[in-house]
Amino acid sequence: MKLEFLSFDFEKFAKEMQNLKDKKGFDFLVTIVGEDFGEEGLGCVYILENTNTHERTSVKTIAKVVDGENVIPTVVNLWKGADLLEREVFDFLGIKFLGHPDMRRLFLRNDFKGFPLRKDFQATNEYTLDDDVEPDYGLEYSLDRDGHLQQKENRLFTSDDYVVNIGPQHPSTHGVLRLQTVLNGETVKRVYPHLGYIHRGIEKMWESMTYPQTLALTDRLNYLCAMQQRHALVGVIEEAMEVELTDRIHYIRTIMDELQRLDSHLLFTSCCAQDLGALTAFLYGMRDREHVLNVMEETTGGRLIQNYYRIGGLQDDIDPNFVKNVKELCKYLRPMIKEYMDVFGDNIITHNRLENVGPMSLADCINYGVTGPAGRASGWKNDVRKNHPYDMYDKVDFEQVTFDTCDSMGRYLVHINEMYQSLNIIEQLIDNIPEGDFYVKQKPIIKVPEGQWYFSVEGAAGEFGVYLDSKGDKSPYRMKMRPMGLSLVGALDPMLRGQKIADLVTTGAAIDIVIPDIDR
Amino acid sequence: MEVRKPKIKAIPYDEFKDNESLEKIVDELHEGGVNVVTGNLDSLINWGRSNSLWSLTFATSCCGIEFMACGCSRYDFSRFGFEVTRNSPRQADLIMCAGTITHKMAPALKRLYDEMAEPKYVVAVGGCAISGGPFKGSYHVVKGIEEIVPVDVFIPGCPPRPEAILYGMMQLQRKVKVEKFFGGANHKQSKAERELGVSNAELVARRLGDHRRETIVVTDVPQEFVEELKENKEEQA
Repeated sequence: MKLEFLSFDFEKFAKEMQNLKDKKGFDFLVTIVGEDFGEEGLGCVYILENTNTHERTSVKTIAKVVDGENVIPTVVNLWKGADLLEREVFDFLGIKFLGHPDMRRLFLRNDFKGFPLRKDFQATNEYTLDDDVEPDYGLEYSLDRDGHLQQKENRLFTSDDYVVNIGPQHPSTHGVLRLQTVLNGETVKRVYPHLGYIHRGIEKMWESMTYPQTLALTDRLNYLCAMQQRHALVGVIEEAMEVELTDRIHYIRTIMDELQRLDSHLLFTSCCAQDLGALTAFLYGMRDREHVLNVMEETTGGRLIQNYYRIGGLQDDIDPNFVKNVKELCKYLRPMIKEYMDVFGDNIITHNRLENVGPMSLADCINYGVTGPAGRASGWKNDVRKNHPYDMYDKVDFEQVTFDTCDSMGRYLVHINEMYQSLNIIEQLIDNIPEGDFYVKQKPIIKVPEGQWYFSVEGAAGEFGVYLDSKGDKSPYRMKMRPMGLSLVGALDPMLRGQKIADLVTTGAAIDIVIPDIDR
Repeated sequence: MEVRKPKIKAIPYDEFKDNESLEKIVDELHEGGVNVVTGNLDSLINWGRSNSLWSLTFATSCCGIEFMACGCSRYDFSRFGFEVTRNSPRQADLIMCAGTITHKMAPALKRLYDEMAEPKYVVAVGGCAISGGPFKGSYHVVKGIEEIVPVDVFIPGCPPRPEAILYGMMQLQRKVKVEKFFGGANHKQSKAERELGVSNAELVARRLGDHRRETIVVTDVPQEFVEELKENKEEQA
């Protein structure tokens, strides 16, 4: 999608955003992109969606400089999902959001010097092995009558509260996530996520890379969605360059995306079972995942990191046995998915532990931006493949799986049923892969024309999008991802308030978060 | 008596001959000679230790998934005795550092390493843990965990295939097999150890000028906390 910004200045911004939400129905905040616009100053790009018409729009605003600090009014009162997104912008660019109750760093250490995504940032390679001193309050900024910046401390918890740190080294957080959990007895009062334990600064690295070089890093985000994430990145570059792909490329990309989804969902169902203590289901799932990996590996050469798509097509043609192997895989997997339900999904313990755990209503899901299977379990039809079709998805016949149970069991079942849908899609395409080139030749040095684009795909755990701002060079001016998991982590707090601490693990398991994707 | 050439099931000794650092350890052990009794007991104990290496689950990114795949039915590293993974560093023999270590994570890694009991080992899995890998140019990535903790085995790859992880673990087995347990890890506490309160391995590391084994001791305890503790004690008394 080429972005045609609506530009609002500082004074009108809060009112216009309210209008967009209330009158125009843009109730889903897709992402906030913080950007150093150079001479214009620092600013933000908001991408919004109307969930009824699936119309998207984008808003650009430039931060106002008050007392030497860049400020923008917060939108957290309109879209709750903005909470972590605004903290991310503050962390990377130093823009302070007026009225945001909790302006702390999100990814970097509190003693980190500078703001990495500003263009004048000078990286040092120094680090310390001392513990980070974390404030137990968040700052709320506001402007007083004279237009000066005021700050107020909001305590995160009182000295009477019982606070448990879960992570960063914990087996059931699926990576190095840290959840600071405030408890009342066994009941969760509040969850504060601490991110950045695997923040690698990919977006900053991209700014000094040529476009083909940028591709290598996407596979290492959510390594179970390597294909889809790379798809989003090549998609945005191809859209900006107006590359016409052959049908063969579209077919193969769609099949590969779905194979990757199977891989990810199989690992999800396995790990979900293991987090609940069902080791058998874990081993069954991992066994079948190897079959999927085999099929992909024969074509791409990689087990986990595939490096298969490139700008203008694919690295190489499919393996001669690919069609045969995929058909065998589809035949093999269908009864196996049934088996997971037999050994784990229909088990009474599973039902007891997952039902009504981590509930979130449809309205909250949209407000917090909980995309993917977690949102669909609350009945939100948010599948990017349906709403903003790309490649072959508007030509194949598949059903968007939704539930209205709004709980963890629903999320698990969405994953199970989506595997059947993925198999359906693959079976429709695999016999009809047309002849043609697997690669449309590009110039040796790839330059993208000036402009801003946003392209998103349906990853295994939600919408994965890439925002590209090009100044016509061979490397991007700013590229930013919409990670699948960030909004899910933001939603953990409302899901878990009032629930038991043991349900934190279950909710985290059923929501399908992968931390390197969140931290980037 | 000579230290026996270590036997590892499935891989013949000759295939490891190219590993100079291990050959060096064997040679060093040979220099002082080995007691018949303790030498034999050593090889018995090392046989046991090397076939039940428990790793700490410390997976930060992609390599962790391959580590999981290693544990599952296709690769099944319980054949070698690695299948028990521990979530507590107190119970683990080695850290399997699978994935990128960032500046924010570095103190946590160091702390986990400090918390482990001797003898302890570190396996660096994948490009990121070895040198920063594809993220070498980043502002927030440690360029190899060797800067923080001493590493015993490096397993290259991005991520390494499960076969490579198995091979690396077998290299570690071999390292364990040539170690001295009696007179090495298991010995009468020496004066220096008692006075300084540190392990033998740490003393050796200090002598060599390697400070990575030194534990981080928190000294700047807040004064209020100390006073509060004193008051509590007095009340109890």
